[in-house]
Amino acid sequence: MPFLKKLLKFGWYGCVAHCVFEYCGDFVLCDGPSMEPTIHTNDVVLTEHYTPLWRRPQQGDVVIVRSPRNPNQFICKRVVAVPGEKIPGQLKHLVKFVSSEKVPKGKVWLEGDNKSNSTDSKNYGPVPIGLIRGRAIATIWPPSAVQLLAPDLYAYDTNLKPR
Amino acid sequence: MILQFLKALCVSVPVGLTFVDTVGSIAKVDGTSMQPVLNPKPGCSDYVFLNKWAVRNFELHRGDVVSLRSPREPNVHLIKRVIGLEGDVVTTNGYRRSLVDIPPGHCWLEGDHTGHSVDSNSFGPVSTQFVVLFGKWLPHSFFTLILRVCKTVFILRRLEINRMTDDRQSS
Repeated sequence: MPFLKKLLKFGWYGCVAHCVFEYCGDFVLCDGPSMEPTIHTNDVVLTEHYTPLWRRPQQGDVVIVRSPRNPNQFICKRVVAVPGEKIPGQLKHLVKFVSSEKVPKGKVWLEGDNKSNSTDSKNYGPVPIGLIRGRAIATIWPPSAVQLLAPDLYAYDTNLKPR
Repeated sequence: MILQFLKALCVSVPVGLTFVDTVGSIAKVDGTSMQPVLNPKPGCSDYVFLNKWAVRNFELHRGDVVSLRSPREPNVHLIKRVIGLEGDVVTTNGYRRSLVDIPPGHCWLEGDHTGHSVDSNSFGPVSTQFVVLFGKWLPHSFFTLILRVCKTVFILRRLEINRMTDDRQSS
């Protein structure tokens, strides 16, 4: 019986951990160059899962999204345009994804901060809001890179003017 | 007394949420888009068991009935049937192109009630990660007998690929 009690307690711990990681937030190890210079490879990012549940993503948020091409992969990108806003860049490249210049309802336009080396909405079009898993709040590791991720849309791209 | 209640709450809420997230939950079906399989008669809603465990690896099969968050409105949940998977070419019915090449990681979903369903014909291919699968179903009468609630469909056996899939699947 004590063994069974212990097992149940471990099961409960597992459930609590699941709920925390699913509904509160978690840590994500980032990989790849697409968010440089904000986030580098092997940076650990703290995310909150409040945004996908209760709040609409805002322009400039850094979000963790399930890749639309591969559901087992997560991508980390910045929200550049929310539904109803104009898509930055030239429409002739976008014509295969959207019928107008605006982001369709229920979708967001995501781009990496490293415009030249990022697979993002320019490759697969606007991404449904339902795929967003969390919003990155801060990088917490390594210690030299600790910073809050402010919704800073224009810091790294001079071509992207406020509209 | 209050302490006991709080303790029970602390135990049951995480366990319940984990169960709903990993195993599955029961949901009510609204609307006519899946007639005649679900909600065959107006004014009587079917209840279905959403099997979350079956889609943990995002493996879908043509003919599966799935539930998903609407790609247009993230708060709305839909129930549709999988018509095509990634790499398939699907003939559409009212979409802006008559033939669609389904991109990797996506699927083509349609309601059984053709013409009365908001499905891939209006919003295009859907990313498979949205999807929560149903396994199988038992006949309604089984549950109307036992539960005596308004008709309850419990889906426990994968629905067979129906005639519509064959019609729609080209090449």
